[in-house]
This record gives sequence, structure tokens and C-alpha cells, in this order.
Amino acid sequence: MKARVTVTLKSGILDPQGKAIEGALKSLGVYGVASVRQGKVFDIEISGSDKAKAEAALKDAADKLLANTVIENYRVEVLS
Amino acid sequence: MKSAVLVFPGINRERDMARALRLISGHEPAMVWHAETSLPKGTDLVVVPGGFSYGDYLRCGAIAARAPIMDAVRDFAGEGGLVLGVCNGFQILCEAGLLPGVLMRNARLKFICHDVHLRVERSDTPFTRGYNAGQIIRVPIAHGEGNYEADEETLKRLEGEGRVLYRYCSAEGVVDERSNINGAAQSIAGIVNAGGNVLGMMPHPENHVEDIMGCTDGRGLFAGLVAHLERAA
Repeated sequence: MKARVTVTLKSGILDPQGKAIEGALKSLGVYGVASVRQGKVFDIEISGSDKAKAEAALKDAADKLLANTVIENYRVEVLS
Repeated sequence: MKSAVLVFPGINRERDMARALRLISGHEPAMVWHAETSLPKGTDLVVVPGGFSYGDYLRCGAIAARAPIMDAVRDFAGEGGLVLGVCNGFQILCEAGLLPGVLMRNARLKFICHDVHLRVERSDTPFTRGYNAGQIIRVPIAHGEGNYEADEETLKRLEGEGRVLYRYCSAEGVVDERSNINGAAQSIAGIVNAGGNVLGMMPHPENHVEDIMGCTDGRGLFAGLVAHLERAA
């Protein structure tokens, strides 16, 4: 199964990298960019076919390593 | 003082640290590989040195914080053992949950490598007894992610309990936005855990311990630890 874990900074956490990207997009003249927050995407291949089990495992992975839950939120999706 | 210096792949300040420990304590520190599951018997001080463990992949210190040796360090700290984390070591201790908060990208996004001044906030701890409260010391920093942040409640607790031991300041000791080199909350350069036995700091005291380094202001930290342990023995 293909799965995706998306990790983003919690709202209110200062994101200097997002700010720098925002500034660059603005200076490129990209239309309508109001603000940018950056994050991480993990594409993970899971063996087996139990969707619920996979979701639980990915949450475990996010809590244990992929996200620092002090500052980050995560979203788990089992894609297929 | 029997010290153990942890070694992770990508760490590069472990030898500086070992040299400083050898010089000031008179004992050869044990170098402990991250895959070990126990610390050498009789360890007085565990040091998590600086560098770039795992190339700073994922988040600085995130992967090292989950290494097998860290369970032993957690047990050691739980029993009141002294743990010092410098730079990447501070990041590792935060990621391991041994210290609260997180080290974010420097506010001005630049990797900063030069000397800074620190104000020693108190002298009645094992990590600061080699200094006087309010003393200004000069030590180097070398980091891109040293901007300490924590939620408001945690910051309030750190301040209320006197757990901020080192703060960025000017050469004259002024703590303000200008001297706050990386944008850290309340100019925090180093904090201890609730038990007062685990210190994390971004600056490198181990790099200012010999005359040849141009400054010996970092000696006090190690000399203080030696004195603390001698008194406890």
C-alpha cells in the first residue's frame, strides 16, 4: 500500500523558512501569494493490506519520529 | 570525574569535548558509540557533544535521540546523573524529551559561527558553580538551528524555577534583541531540566579552555562540574 504522512508546523509557530520562501515568491511576482508555511511529505510503502493497521502504524511512526509534536502537526493518508 | 562522551554518526565535536574533559578533569573520558545499550560503570557525567548527527536529516538531533544508547542516558538522568548536551547535543536532548522545547532555525536563517557573550544567570548549580552569578563569559557558537522556543507555559516555568542558566548578551552583559544572536525565546542559550541535572546549551564551552584558543572562559563550566563531583564524593 502507498501511504503519505504530511508534517506541518503548528499555527503560531514561527516559520522563518516559510517566510523566506514567501518573500522569494513575492519577488518573483507570483500572483496572489499572501503567506507561505512549509512542511514535509513522507511517501511510505507499507507491506500488507490491512488499511486500519497501516494507519495505526503510520501514526506510531509520526509520533515516534517523523513529527516533533511540540511544534508540528501531522496527517496520515493511506492512498491505495 | 569519569565522563562518557556519546558518539553518533556525523558528530564532529566529540574530540574537542574529550580534549577539554581530559585537560580539566585529568581523566580520559570514555567514548561511547550510539549503538551501545549501557554506559561505562561509574560514569559521573554523560556528554552529548556537538556536530551534525545523521547530517541533521529529518530534524536536528531527531534520529540520534532515538539511538539505543539514549535509553541508558534516560535511566542515568532519571537517577540524577549529570548530563551535558552542547549544540547538536542540546538538540538531541530536546528531541529525546530530556529537556523541554525545541531548537528552531535561527531567526535570520543564517548559520552563525563566531564568539558570543553569555550571562551566567546563577552560580548555585553543578553546571555554573565555576562562575559567579551575573558573570559574562565569551564562548563560540556554530549552528543554524539554535533558536530556542517553547510554549508560553514552559517558558514561564523555566524562568520561574530559575532553569535558564545561560543567556545571550552583549560584551557588557546587556540582554536585548540585538545581542540575541539567533532569536531564541528570552535570549535563552542554556537550560536545565526540572531536576537540575541535565543541561542543554547551544554555545561550545569546550572550545574556550586553553590559552592557544584565545580565551579560557569555557573552563569554568567543566571545573565547576569537577568541583561539584568532588564535593559529592
